[in-house]
Amino acid sequence: MLDVRGIKKVYEGKGRTVEAVRDLTFSVDQGELVCIVGPSGSGKTTLLKIMSGLLSPTEGEVLIEGKKVDGPPPGMAVVFQEYGRSLFPWMTVRENVELPLKQKKLPADRRRQLIDDSLAAVGLAEAHTAYPWQLSGGMQQRVAIARAVAYEPQVLLMDEPFAAVDAQTRADLEDLIRDLWHKFRVTTLFVTHDIDEAVYLGQRVLILSSSPTVVRQDLAIDLPDARDQLTTRSSPRFAELRAQVYSQIHRPKEESATAGASRPLAAGPSGGPA
Amino acid sequence: MTDVLRRVGMTLGLPIVLFAAWWFASAGSTDFFFPPLSRILDSLVEEWFGPRLAADVLPSLLRLTAGYLVAAVGSVALGVLIGTSRTVRGLLEPVLEFFRAIPPPVLVPIFMLIFGIGDGMKIIVIAFGCMWPILLNTVEGVRAVDSVLSDTARTYGITGAARLRRLVLPSASPQIFAGLRQGLSVAIILMVISELFAAENGLGFAVVQAQRSFAIAETWAGVLMLGLLGFLLALLFRVVENRQLAWYHGLRRAQRSS
Repeated sequence: MLDVRGIKKVYEGKGRTVEAVRDLTFSVDQGELVCIVGPSGSGKTTLLKIMSGLLSPTEGEVLIEGKKVDGPPPGMAVVFQEYGRSLFPWMTVRENVELPLKQKKLPADRRRQLIDDSLAAVGLAEAHTAYPWQLSGGMQQRVAIARAVAYEPQVLLMDEPFAAVDAQTRADLEDLIRDLWHKFRVTTLFVTHDIDEAVYLGQRVLILSSSPTVVRQDLAIDLPDARDQLTTRSSPRFAELRAQVYSQIHRPKEESATAGASRPLAAGPSGGPA
Repeated sequence: MTDVLRRVGMTLGLPIVLFAAWWFASAGSTDFFFPPLSRILDSLVEEWFGPRLAADVLPSLLRLTAGYLVAAVGSVALGVLIGTSRTVRGLLEPVLEFFRAIPPPVLVPIFMLIFGIGDGMKIIVIAFGCMWPILLNTVEGVRAVDSVLSDTARTYGITGAARLRRLVLPSASPQIFAGLRQGLSVAIILMVISELFAAENGLGFAVVQAQRSFAIAETWAGVLMLGLLGFLLALLFRVVENRQLAWYHGLRRAQRSS
């Protein structure tokens, strides 16, 4: 479904180059919910921008159903962290959800149905005529999620969507993501820096190293499919998985170079431990 | 209720005081150049709201509207182009800075040579003078489109004309309106100036004409008429702006209170 092959990204600055992403290869199957977790500054956003076609990689390629991504692919929706800056403030909630559908040239009755369904699914059936800035942060992010779901994407990318909301809202939104995924079965990639969130949400967790980024581990989450904030988070298995992710993320760089990486670090053109 | 009364009092208080002061100070005036306000008002009603309304005020307003519209449409279109394309911006910016630095009234004699002394010349003077604030504000507004919003639009395939209509223009509209408001006051000034040089009708022409024929009350009344006109146009502009930018004012209030 989604193949990421040998992605490398080097930012060229004045007289200095920064290697943000070294070598990323993984694939996501149809209908999977995969979380990508990594420390802050680990090139997660860079990776997401490359996958969504907003940024081109220095090396490697991203394929969606075998087709190479160059430029934003039509069957993809992205939910950004900055909900306040990703909704159009001059449009009502309904118009925000409708705009991409209009762009897709869907007929009016189909649009109406998709808007009503998606806003109801995120619990905003009453908020159609409000403007985004009249809503709380959590509700704004729900609108952005509804807009993504209504778009009927093949792949849904989420870039730390709950990093800026309070803890209670965050728990609600996490459950919403699980619900929506069960309901619509959209292939979902959820990027986060929060280990608990990654383990709680994902079927699989991809653990990234700090920058320059490589995949540390591809961990299957064998928690039961029906999850809830109380029992799942207090189960012993959750604690084990959480500890495993934690230790991978905090493992020192040198050790990972010998143990995990497929290429020796010294062969890299820049960076590496001095 | 008392709140409303207070606000009405605040708004009208000073105008009433000034009006009364002028009225009583000039009441018994025998000075030829400072006629009583009552005579000025008589002239305002009889002349300016009488025959001069169609003969002078209307032509002025038509030229103002034409010049302002040409400037608004042209400057927003050009501003979008300059704001979007770095190449165009690099090419045009030095030239624009030069043209902007020329005080528009000084161009009237030149424009008279090129375009004659008809309505066309006056419209061009108005348009040329009031296009700068509109153009420069549009460029700034277009350049300041939020990067996340822009990425969002791209991922949903909103590009080209749809991007312009749904993203760029609405996003730049607060700045565009700021430019249009500045442009409007410049346009009114140039409307009068363009009629001072060579004209057969218009507000500026009529005021100068009245002054030259020592119709002092009428001259004063013409000034009042211009003030009134500017005030009404600004009011009208505010109404349109408040409607178009309701989302922006709401957004700003929401950001301030959080």
